[in-house]
Order: sequence, then C-alpha cells, then structure tokens
Amino acid sequence: MSPSETRPVTRIDTRLAAVRAEGRPALVTFVTAGDPDPETSLAILKALPKAGADIVEFGMPFSDPMAEGPPIQAATLRALKAGQTMAKTLQMVRAFRAEDDGTPIVLMGYYNPIYSYGVERFLADAKAAGVDGLIIVDLPPEEDDELCVPALAAGISFIRLATPTTDDRRLPAVLANTSGFVYYVSITGITGAGSADPTRVAAAVARIKGHTDLPVMVGFGVRTPAQAAAIGANADGVVVGSALVDAVRDSLDGEGRATVKTVAAVADLVGALSAGVRAVRLQPTG
Amino acid sequence: MTVKPNSFRTGPDERGHFGIFGGRYVAETLMPLILELDAAYETAKKDPSFQAELDGLHATYTGRPSPLYFAERLTAHLGGAKIYFKRDELNHTGSHKINNCLGQILLARRMGKTRIIAETGAGQHGVASATVCARFGFPCEVYMGATDVQRQAPNVFRMKLLGATVHPVTAGHGTLKDAMNEALRDWVTNVETTYYLIGTAAGPHPYPAMVRDFQSVIGKETREQILAAEGRLPDMLVAAVGGGSNAIGLFHPFLDDEDVAIVGVEAGGHGIDVHNGHAASLTGGRPGVLHGNRTYLLQDDDGQILEGHSISAGLDYPGIGPEHSFLKDTGRVSYVPITDEETMEAFQLLTRVEGIIPALEPAHALAEVMKRAPAMDKDQIIVMNLCGRGDKDVFTVGKMLGYAL
Repeated sequence: MSPSETRPVTRIDTRLAAVRAEGRPALVTFVTAGDPDPETSLAILKALPKAGADIVEFGMPFSDPMAEGPPIQAATLRALKAGQTMAKTLQMVRAFRAEDDGTPIVLMGYYNPIYSYGVERFLADAKAAGVDGLIIVDLPPEEDDELCVPALAAGISFIRLATPTTDDRRLPAVLANTSGFVYYVSITGITGAGSADPTRVAAAVARIKGHTDLPVMVGFGVRTPAQAAAIGANADGVVVGSALVDAVRDSLDGEGRATVKTVAAVADLVGALSAGVRAVRLQPTG
Repeated sequence: MTVKPNSFRTGPDERGHFGIFGGRYVAETLMPLILELDAAYETAKKDPSFQAELDGLHATYTGRPSPLYFAERLTAHLGGAKIYFKRDELNHTGSHKINNCLGQILLARRMGKTRIIAETGAGQHGVASATVCARFGFPCEVYMGATDVQRQAPNVFRMKLLGATVHPVTAGHGTLKDAMNEALRDWVTNVETTYYLIGTAAGPHPYPAMVRDFQSVIGKETREQILAAEGRLPDMLVAAVGGGSNAIGLFHPFLDDEDVAIVGVEAGGHGIDVHNGHAASLTGGRPGVLHGNRTYLLQDDDGQILEGHSISAGLDYPGIGPEHSFLKDTGRVSYVPITDEETMEAFQLLTRVEGIIPALEPAHALAEVMKRAPAMDKDQIIVMNLCGRGDKDVFTVGKMLGYAL
C-alpha cells in the first residue's frame, strides 16, 4: 500500500485528479524564486496558473546548484544578487496562496538553505505559507531522516526524483516515502541540457508505473510545446523549467533588470506549452 | 558536542557518518554509482593483490616511504621542541596527492571505468590525476576554477603536457568549489563511463574514508620512522587543512594515542574576523551540507556558501572533510587559523634555514609550529607534514614580495 492512500487528500491530489479527468497530461512549471527581482518574481508566480500551469515549482535559490545547467544557474545568481532569501521565498508563497487556494506549489532546491533555516521551523513556516510539496535534489532516500520523514509528518508531500540510473532493484526504495507524484528525470545529466527521447521516456514511465500508483511527471530536456506534447503523451505530465527562466533572461534590459515584457514573456510561453499538453488525449488508465 | 567515543578510529558507520557529519547527500542519478563505488572499494580493500599493487607502485613510482627529516637548524633557530618533517613534498609530482590518486586509479580500472574526471584548486591534485591517467592510459578531464587557472599557470601547463584536458570553470567565482560543482555536473551526465577522482577527504561516502585510507600511508610510515629515530611517539602532530587529506593521512594512525597532541592548521587569510576573508571552515564556519556531505562550511545567514579567501589556492575551499568536523567537535584535534602574512614569514624562514622551499599549504602548518615549538621543552617532539613543495608557488610569492618574475 502506498503512503498516499492513507494520507488526506492534498491540493496536488485534487489538481492531478482534475487534470486526469480532462484526459490530458499536466503542465508543471518551474521558475526561480526572486528572479529577476522579488516583485517581478511574485508577478510571474501569480501569472503561471492563469496561463495554464497546473502545478508550480518554485526554486529556492542556492549558491551551488550542482544539478543545474547554465539557465537555472544564471537564474539562481540573478535571484541571489537581487537579495532573495528563504524568508522572502516563503513570503511569496503566502502572497500567492492568498489569491489562489487551488494550485499546488512545490518548493524545489537543495538541502543546505533549509538546514540552515532549521528543519522544524522551515516545515512549520512552509506549511503555514501554503506549500504542498518539496523536491530536494541532494536528499536521496538514504538520508530520509533529515527532511523527508519530518515533512510527511508535517503534511507536506516529498516528491522524489527517479532517474535512468534508478534500476528496478532500487525503485522501491526511491518510491517508498514518495508522495504527490514521482518526478522522472528523463536524461542522465543536468537541467537544460539535451532533449528527452519520447520512446525511451515511455518505457521508463511504464517501468516506474509497475512499482507505484502515483502520477509520473517527466522533466529535464522539455523546452517546447511540441516536446511537451510528445513527452506528455507518454506520462501524467511534463515539467518545464530552463526554457521559462531563459524567457525571463531574454526579457531583461541591458543591466539585467525586468522590463514590461518580462511577466508576459513567461506567461506567453506557458500558454503555448499549455496548449501543447491540452492537445494530447491520454488513454484512460485505471 | 558529540559524546567522546571509545576509539576515534572506527568511523564512519555503514552510511558514511562520523558522528553527525559525512553522509551521502547527492542527486539520485549519482546514488546508484555511489553505492557501486562503496561496494567496489570494500572488496578492493580486502583484496591483498590490490594493496600489493599499490604498495609496489608507491615503492617504485611515488618514491615511498618518504623520509622523516630532523630539521636541526630550524629546531635550533626556534629554540624549543625538536622538529621533524614528514617529507611528502619529495613524492613524485611534488605533493601527497599522488598517494590518493594511485589508489583511486587502481579502483577505477577495477570497476571498468573508461574516463577520469577530477577537480583541482592549486593544481596539485590535477597534476597527480593527470599523472596517474598517463601512467594507466585513461583520458583525463580536469575542472579548475578560471581564477585558479590564472594564478596556477605552471600546473595548468603540466596537466596539458601529461595529456589531460583542463576545463576552466567560470561559474560562480571560478575557484575550487565551483570546479567541484562542474565536475559533479560532468559526472551526473556521464555516470556510466566516468570515474570521479576526488582529491580530498570530502564528498559523499565512501570518498572521505577512502581518501583517508589511501593517505594514511603518511601516518603509518611516520609512526615507524619516529619510533626508529626517537624510540617514542611525538608529543605533537601539525598539518595544514584545506579539504584535509594530508592532515587526516598523518593524524589517523595516531588518533587513539592520547599523549599525542594533534593540531590542524586552517587558512586564516586576511584574518578570521574579516568577513569572507579567510577559508577557515572549522574556526569560522558552521555545520551545513555541500558536495555530498555534512560538515563545517563557510556560509552566510541564509545558508548560501561563501567563497572564502586564502593566499594558497589549495586551501581556498569553503568546506572541510567530515572526519575533521567530527574530530573538532569531539575535541580530539585542535584547529587553528594562520594568516596569509604569517604563512609568508614561515615560507621564507624554511627556505633560508633548511634549504627547503615549501608549498604555501604546509607553510601554514609551519607558521603554527613556529608559534608552538619555542614554548615547548627541548626534549619534546613535533612532527609536521611537509605535504608539498613550493615550486608552483614561486610566482605568487614573488608577487607578494614585490619581485617581478
């Protein structure tokens, strides 16, 4: 029995059930909190669901993002330079949640800023702000006692990354404490590099589904509406991140400041991606 | 504070923890390989043929055992304890780094890996990695911060001569920490074929224990040599710590000898009170998680990692091996900072009094010896790890002394 069956229904469960009822894959969007500045970042966050995002991932900036490629590294640096902190990130979630009680927010990042903030204090503040889930790149199941177990106890989903190197022997351990959904990393590599092969992704998603009833979202290497549709046709949803932070970057002025185009640039791309996943008709599953 | 254990030499546990430190904080893509590496190392460690091959290479290729040298003139100059140097600067490639690289390249070959990556700060580990790759016929790619590529140009050229590809890393501030991030990004991308040859006793388990084991040859030899020379163990061991591999190599075989005081010397840079002006993780940082392990880190209030500063590119790292964090918290080892300025004095003193040009890393350790030895009795003994030679640093020192090269 998977833990999700015994847990109260969450925003993630509700939203993904609604998307499934529409017979299409979900669109999960990633942007970095505080990029390019706090005010613009909050405006982008609020614009994402309106443009068609089903779930939003909000990146907690960390100085040493070991799994990120150049686009998200650059977004992280922009956010830190603009003074982003954990407290400000949680404040943005709170402001978002005041206006939108339906769209799940998943915080994504690395463990040290959470450890530094204090695990208990972080989980309490995140829950109060309206955070639904966590994706922490550098916490494999071997370190579940650190944050995963306390997060589940606090009522926050812990979403695990499964990768091409996670074989069948290891999958049960990876899935054991996972809740909300499984994030399948479609390539061995960093974010924003390479592109996913839909055939291989389909096989991998089927393999994971052999071990869990949780929805499987596919990320890394999904940039365009066409890719979102092609990958989405073989999964429960797709995650797009680097392409969105690149849209932020391309909208900035010569000094790296936000312009009137910034929010719209992100929203327009999310709208196009949303149309991509909405064109897909999924086979009904059990 | 961690409770004082019965032995300081039993760590880590099977999950790689030294007290609360260590562990395996890595991305899932790497985790299966980390487990494979752990299993491969455990098997190799128990295989007599593995150790025999390593010992043979050390005898004929590295030049081990390295001598234990009584620094008679320095001892007289300082007027206190007898000072011995463990001369790992005489090793092939000029530092202790080769001890670890030979061990790991044999393991990489055993695991069937076909490509080696490494990170380097001062370039000593990069050179040692490129050397063993040339010796064993592996392609070698070295990640080095762009800032370090500039200030360690001779070592960059040496790596290229040895057939390695050097990738200057411009991400972040272009120093050792950024080079390690980039090496991890390469590894996660090429995980099937690639062996990551980490240069210090840090990173995810099993690296801290494995690198320590390969470097412990320093302490084991020292033990035999000082017993032969003096008929007893030393009163004090002193070594420089950046990531801490030469220090843990010297210290580990002595950790349970209560009468041996042990001192680790950190890079105090411009001074421990100068914000982001030093690289003393233990005396100026606090515990956090970076590069696969929990350890003391230089970080700001929000958990963002600081760059740190040291005159020595080899010590310019915001973390420290997790076993050192454990040894600090248990009180077994004292860790102290030494400034750039004190280092320069020590560098020049050793050169003139003993005719040995030390690397800037052990020059930090020497500066601490200069403080301690005069206050000790003449029948007391200090052993310092002279872990690298200073050829690579003559340009940096020349610049500091206002001498145009």
